[in-house]
Amino acid sequence: MNTAVTTRATTGSPTAVPLGRRVLDAGPVLALVLLVVVFSLATSRFFTLPNAASIANQAAILLVLATGATFVILLGGVDLSIEGVMATSSLVTVLLAANDRNGNHLGYVAVLVGTAVGALFGLVNGLLHTRLKIPSFMVTLGTGAIGIGIATVLFGGQPPQLLDDGLRAWGTERIAGMPRLVIIAVAVLALGYLIQKFTRIGRYILVIGGDEQIARLAGVSVARYKLYAFVLAGTASGLAGAMASTQLGVGDVQVGSGQLFATITAVVVGGTALTGGRGGVPQTLVGVLLISVLANGLILVGIDPSIQRSVQGVVIVAAIAATAWTQRHRLRVIK
Amino acid sequence: MTGPLETGAPVLELRGVTKRFPGVVALDDVSIEVRPHEVVGLIGENGAGKSTLLKILSGVYQQDEGELLVRGAPARFRGPRDAARAGIGTVHQEQSLVGSVSVAENLLLGAEGRSVRGGFYRWSDLNARARAQLAKIGSAISPTARVNTLTFAQRQMIEVVKAISVEDLPDRTVDAEPVVVFDEPTSVLAGEDLETLFAQIERLRTRASIIFVSHRLDEVLRISDRVYVLKDGRCVAEREPGAVDTQELYRLMVGRASTGQYYREDEQGTFDSTTADADEVLGADGLSLRGRFADVSFSVRRGEVLGIAGVLGSGREDLCRAIFGAEPLDGGELRVGGKRVRFRTPADAVRAGVGYVPAERRFEGVAMGMSVAENILLADSSAVSAGPFAVPSKRAALVKQWIERLRVRTPDPGTDVATLSGGNQQKVVLAKWLSSPRLRVLVLDHPTRGLDVGAKEDVYRFVREMCGQGLAIVLLSDTLEETIALSHRVLVMRDGRVAAHFDAAPGAKPTQVDLVEQMV
Repeated sequence: MNTAVTTRATTGSPTAVPLGRRVLDAGPVLALVLLVVVFSLATSRFFTLPNAASIANQAAILLVLATGATFVILLGGVDLSIEGVMATSSLVTVLLAANDRNGNHLGYVAVLVGTAVGALFGLVNGLLHTRLKIPSFMVTLGTGAIGIGIATVLFGGQPPQLLDDGLRAWGTERIAGMPRLVIIAVAVLALGYLIQKFTRIGRYILVIGGDEQIARLAGVSVARYKLYAFVLAGTASGLAGAMASTQLGVGDVQVGSGQLFATITAVVVGGTALTGGRGGVPQTLVGVLLISVLANGLILVGIDPSIQRSVQGVVIVAAIAATAWTQRHRLRVIK
Repeated sequence: MTGPLETGAPVLELRGVTKRFPGVVALDDVSIEVRPHEVVGLIGENGAGKSTLLKILSGVYQQDEGELLVRGAPARFRGPRDAARAGIGTVHQEQSLVGSVSVAENLLLGAEGRSVRGGFYRWSDLNARARAQLAKIGSAISPTARVNTLTFAQRQMIEVVKAISVEDLPDRTVDAEPVVVFDEPTSVLAGEDLETLFAQIERLRTRASIIFVSHRLDEVLRISDRVYVLKDGRCVAEREPGAVDTQELYRLMVGRASTGQYYREDEQGTFDSTTADADEVLGADGLSLRGRFADVSFSVRRGEVLGIAGVLGSGREDLCRAIFGAEPLDGGELRVGGKRVRFRTPADAVRAGVGYVPAERRFEGVAMGMSVAENILLADSSAVSAGPFAVPSKRAALVKQWIERLRVRTPDPGTDVATLSGGNQQKVVLAKWLSSPRLRVLVLDHPTRGLDVGAKEDVYRFVREMCGQGLAIVLLSDTLEETIALSHRVLVMRDGRVAAHFDAAPGAKPTQVDLVEQMV
C-alpha cells in the first residue's frame, strides 16, 4: 500500500466514534483488568503462574465453544445445541478410541470423527434453519435434545472409560507448563480470528449479520454463509466434546453440562451483540477470560460455590445491560 | 439547471413496456429513453408506476410486454445482477450499506473478484480498488473506514460510488459508461446535503447517464434535461425544463390544475394576538433535556398550528418526541389543557390527549400486517367499547366513518395496511388519532415526508379541518415553505434553544430568509 495515498485517504476521515461507544467497546477489557486487580488484592493465591495455568486450563474448552458460537451470534442467530453435540461427540470419540466397552482403537481418528459428528450437527442445524426457515433458536434447541438422546443411547447406563493413553495425555498433561488443551484452544482461537478477518466466510457472516437484505441484493448467497456459520459452531462443539472426554477419561452425556450458559455468556459479555453484525472473535477471547477469571477468583476468595452460578448470572445481565445502555430509548422495541 | 442537450443514440430505452400485477396494470405501454450524459427526470404520484419502472430497470421485476434496450441491443434482466452487469446502478432511497464492515467491502460486496483468492481476502488489493472507485467522484473517504462511523452525507456519497462501480464489473455485458438511477434521493436530505448531491450529479453526468426520480417538482426541473411524467401507469408527457413550469408538471402529474392555494392559507384561522391564555391547549415553560435542548417555552392555542423550524441537531426532533413522552424531560413544565402533566411513557401522553404522527411512517406510524380497521382503532378504542369488550358494530361504524371522512383508498377495512400507498397509510395514521375522542394535541412529525403532491394536499386539508375543530397542532416539517404556510406561529430552534418566535398570520407570513437567519 502506498503511504502517500494512505495519508490522503485518511484526511477525509469519518466523524469520530462517540465517546460512549468507545468506552463501551473497551468495557469488557476494563472489566477484566478490574477483576484481576480486585482478586489479586483479595488473595495472594490469585496472581501466580500456577493459577494462571489453571485458569487457562479451565478456559480452554469454553474458548473453543465460544469461538465457534461467535460466528452464529454474529449472524444474529444462536446455537443452543452445544451441550447435546458435546455429549454425542464425547461418546462417539470414546467408543471409537481404545475403551473398556469394545475393541476399537482408532486413536486420533476417533477425535476426528467426534469433531466431524459436531460438524454434521452444525450442517443439520444450518440446513433446517435456512431451508425450512425455522428460527435458529428452535432448530438448535431441538437438535441439542437429539444429541443428548443419541448420547444417552450410546452411553448405555455406564460411562465408557477412555483407555487410549495418547489421548488421555492431551487432556491431562502439559507442554512447557501449558496444559495441552490450552494449546488446542489457542490454535482454534487463531483459526477463528483468521476466518473472521481474512476469509469470505468470515466477512460475509459480518455483512449478513449487519443487514441480510443488502447482502442478498448484492448477490451474496446468504443461506450458504449461514450454513457455514452453523457448521463452524457445530465443529467447535464436536471438538470441545472430544477435548472434554480426554480430560475426564470417560464418555459422558453430562460432559457439556453448564457449557451452553457459559458460552453464550462469554460471547455476549465480550461484546458481540445478540442482534448480530457487531463483535467478533477477539471480543470473545476477552469474554471467555472474564468468565473464567470470575469463576476462579470467586473460588479462591472463598465465595460459597453454591452462589457462584448466581453471581455469573448477575454478571451476564449487567454486561448485557451495559452493551444496550447507549441504545436505550423509550420507543425501542425489544422482543 | 439545464446542461447542453446531448444527441446520439440512446444508452437505455424502454419500448412499450407493460407490467401487470393481479388486479392492476402497474405499467401500461411505457416508452422512455435516456441519451448519453443526460439527466432524465421521472416524476409521478405514489402509485403512478415509478417504483415498478425502477424495479424493471434494476432487474427486480421483469416486464410482461415490451422491450428493454441497452445501447440499442435488447436485454432481459433476470435479476439485480444482470442489471448491474449491463451497467445500470441504483442509488436506493433507503441506504443500502452494511454498517458493520468497511467502505471497501461495501463497495465491492458480491464483486470482490480477484481481491478474494481461495476464499481469502487480499485486503490491499480490495482497498486499492475501492480507493480507485472513490477517486472517480473525488471522494477522499478512507476505504478502510467502518461505514457506521460515517456521516449520512458520506454514506450517500458511497452509495453513488457503489452505483457507478457497475461499470467495472468483471463479467459486465455492456462495456460503456453506466446509467445511474437515483431513487428519490432527496426525500431524506435537506439544505447543504441536497446541494452536495446536486453538485455530485452534475459531476457524474460527465461520465454517466442519469435517471432522477423524485416527487419534488422544483428539484426535478432544476437538475433534469428532460422530464417524463408518469400517471396511473402510463407515461403521459415528456417535457424539457425550459418549456414547462412546476404548475404544469403538477397538472400533468395529478391530472387537475393546482389551485395555487396549495396550503389552503385562506382557511387558516386568525387569532387576536391578545387572546387570553385561557385558550391554551398545550403549554411549555423552560423544558429541557440534557444535551438535547434547554429552556424551551411556548404555548399553542385551540385551533392553532405551531411550526417548529431548525436544522438537524437543533433539538427540535427531541423536543417533539419529549412532548409525546417518548423522551424523558429533565426540567420544565408541560401543560395540557392548563393542567401540568408528566409523561413517563407515550401511553401517558395518549391518555392526556396528545397524539403523535411520526416521521417514520412505515415503522412507527402504521402497524404493517394489521388491517386498516385495526390500525385506526389502535390508539384509542374507548369509543367502541362497552367496558373491556369491543362492540363490533360500533367498531365497524367508526372505522367506516373515518375511511370516508379522510377518503382512505382501500378495498375494504380488513385490508392489510401494508398494501396501501404511502399517502393512504398516512391517512390511516391520522384517522387513528382523529378517531380518539380524547385527542386535544396532535404532534405532526414530518407529516408529508415521502408523500406525493396529491396526498400532501390531502394532509394540508386535514390540518385545516383539525384546526377548525379546535385541535392544537405542533408541526415539524421537511420544508420551510410548508412550515411557514401551515403555521400560525413559528418557533425557530438553534443548538437546543429557542432562537426566535415568528407570527405567521395569513398575509403576514415571515419569509424563508427570516427563518434561516435564526436557524444558523
